[in-house]
Amino acid sequence: MKNPRNLAIQIGFLILPIAISLALAAALVIAVGRDPLEVVDALWKGAFKDTRKIGGVFNFWIPLTLVSIGLVVTFRAGLWNIGVEGQMMMGALFASWGAQYLLLPESLSSLLNVILISLAALGGMFWAFVVGLLKIRLGVNEIFGGVALNALVNVISIYLISGPWQPRIGGSAQGTEPFPSPALLPEFSSRFPTNLFMIALVIAAFLIVMVMLNATRWGLNLKAVGANMRSALLLGVATERTSMSAFLVCGALAGIGGSYRVLFTFDNLRPLASGGIGFLGLLVVLLLSIRLLWVPLIAFAFAAILTGSTRLQIALKLDSSLAGVLQGMLVLFVILFHGVQEVFFPRTLDDEDTPTPDPSRHLNGEHPIKREGQ
Amino acid sequence: MNEEFLNTLGSIIGTATPLVIASLGETITERAGVVNLSLDGSLALAAVTGFAAAWTAQQAGVLDLPAQIGVGIAAAMLVGALIALLVGFSSIKLRRDQVAVGFVLTLLAAELARFLGADYTRIPGPQITRFAIPVLQDVPVLGIVLFQQNVLVYFSYVLMFMIWFWLFRTKGGLALRAIGERPEAAYARGAPVQRLRYWYTFLGGALVGLAGAAYSLNVKPGWSSPPAMQGDGWIALAIVIFGGWHPFRVVLGAYLFAALRAVSGYIQTNGLFIFGQEISFPFVLLNALPWLLMIVTLLIVSGGLTERLLQYMPRAVQRRLRAFLRSDPPRALGARFEAE
Repeated sequence: MKNPRNLAIQIGFLILPIAISLALAAALVIAVGRDPLEVVDALWKGAFKDTRKIGGVFNFWIPLTLVSIGLVVTFRAGLWNIGVEGQMMMGALFASWGAQYLLLPESLSSLLNVILISLAALGGMFWAFVVGLLKIRLGVNEIFGGVALNALVNVISIYLISGPWQPRIGGSAQGTEPFPSPALLPEFSSRFPTNLFMIALVIAAFLIVMVMLNATRWGLNLKAVGANMRSALLLGVATERTSMSAFLVCGALAGIGGSYRVLFTFDNLRPLASGGIGFLGLLVVLLLSIRLLWVPLIAFAFAAILTGSTRLQIALKLDSSLAGVLQGMLVLFVILFHGVQEVFFPRTLDDEDTPTPDPSRHLNGEHPIKREGQ
Repeated sequence: MNEEFLNTLGSIIGTATPLVIASLGETITERAGVVNLSLDGSLALAAVTGFAAAWTAQQAGVLDLPAQIGVGIAAAMLVGALIALLVGFSSIKLRRDQVAVGFVLTLLAAELARFLGADYTRIPGPQITRFAIPVLQDVPVLGIVLFQQNVLVYFSYVLMFMIWFWLFRTKGGLALRAIGERPEAAYARGAPVQRLRYWYTFLGGALVGLAGAAYSLNVKPGWSSPPAMQGDGWIALAIVIFGGWHPFRVVLGAYLFAALRAVSGYIQTNGLFIFGQEISFPFVLLNALPWLLMIVTLLIVSGGLTERLLQYMPRAVQRRLRAFLRSDPPRALGARFEAE
């Protein structure tokens, strides 16, 4: 940065939205008669008190990072994959099917794990394919297709849990019986209860997608489609196939994330097992203006807030939705302040090393309610 | 006609009312070229605010019931309008993407509703009472269905006609349509595009807020988590598309959804009989119907499939059917407008 004024503005606009969100959240906490410092303390202890808690943070981080990586891909192609939540859930359903019906001995547990994770990826891809088909071939906007498919997979899961997959004793809508132990993903240790294979898988997915986006023709095509569907088509990009591939990649990653929820976090299938993590992934990616590099870090911060928030209820009798409020405000203010910066503090010309992030830049290619070819 | 059947129709009209009001609100917002995607969260936050305000007024013990309800409705409308204004401001002034801001606000408002509503969960509060309109309520058939409802329902009838009249029979409505279709042309002819967009976003948001209050003070009294109207915001957004941004068709869409829900609710409690034969299948699956209907309606109105099917029809029918089935959004919907 050569220009000190620009540097000061940059730093100011990095800090301001965070400060405002924290201040508003604190005001909210005071308004319901609690001490914000106690909330901070509870959040911190809930997330980082010991290695067990940190393991818990990783257990949110794994699915959250997976879906966020996937969403970077769909956003690059200019697609709003709100259906990601349902794609997680469909992955969880496929994995749950395998966990109950593919019975392998304990000695083949690792093999079974790999099979179930692959099944989950297929499940997520299947549900993403439906959204993609509705969008690309039949002109149903992906936001509405996604919302409807999210709801549909929830209906299906409740049907399965209360019907064919209900526990033998005391069948209810609470969840299936715990899956047989060979199907479950093993804990690293009871003091650090998370799954290292999955962490490695997340890192691998991150690196692979990073390379694919930045160093392959596919990555270029995605960008072209996202920036301007028509020009991309005229330039000879197979736009339909490119869009569909983005959906499929995102669906696969979301499905794997969903499988982690049922094969590790819960050990069985429950209604809403995806737990809003798909939507949270959308927030992570919007916060970052669709840049992949910082996804693991921001996902970690969001996962920590989420893990910490479970303590709010126990320690302070505060609703854990405070975590969601804080995350939502952070993203909202970051987006708004990008706008304030762009409109009121336009950059001077000698400073072009870092482009101003603009979450809308990739999203403007096409409007959700507008149809192609109109 | 069978009295029980008429009562059912009446209750469908009643339960559809929040959907009707929310979809009509979004219709005028989108007609002005702004998409307020925050509906699902806005409805929840408006509902809980409206309920909390009305409940607090009730506890204070100074106001009578209509005034308590009035306080609740005013609070809810304010919440809805403010959220919508935020969407408007971020897109008109700050040049942000409406969909991104709207989506973030959906999640944020829903979480806020859950947080603020924690103390109001499952407690009884004031409710809007039924008020049959004299004379009209005795009209055969229509009386039972339409005129033995509450004030909000009557308001929704009036609102539908008012919006239709404004849109298609007044100069102001012409300007409204113009800023959503061709803002440059409207601007050139002297319409204050940005100011009108703010105004209609605000107005539409206030109606969404009113719809929220219609849930918590009438259709789904009180507050619970997850909220009783969860998902309805998305359905309302889809209804606007299905309704082709035309108030009559939008209202028809809302009634269609409510009717489908009533049917599936009826089957879930009473079972399904066809020719006296009981048909049994897992009734939980019926909860999928509104969402399937949403996909199907969007399939029909948004090109693709309809276009392909129309190819097989005789030419004369084709054009009419297309005009009837398809719905085209305002051209400048979601696009920014910069005055030169």
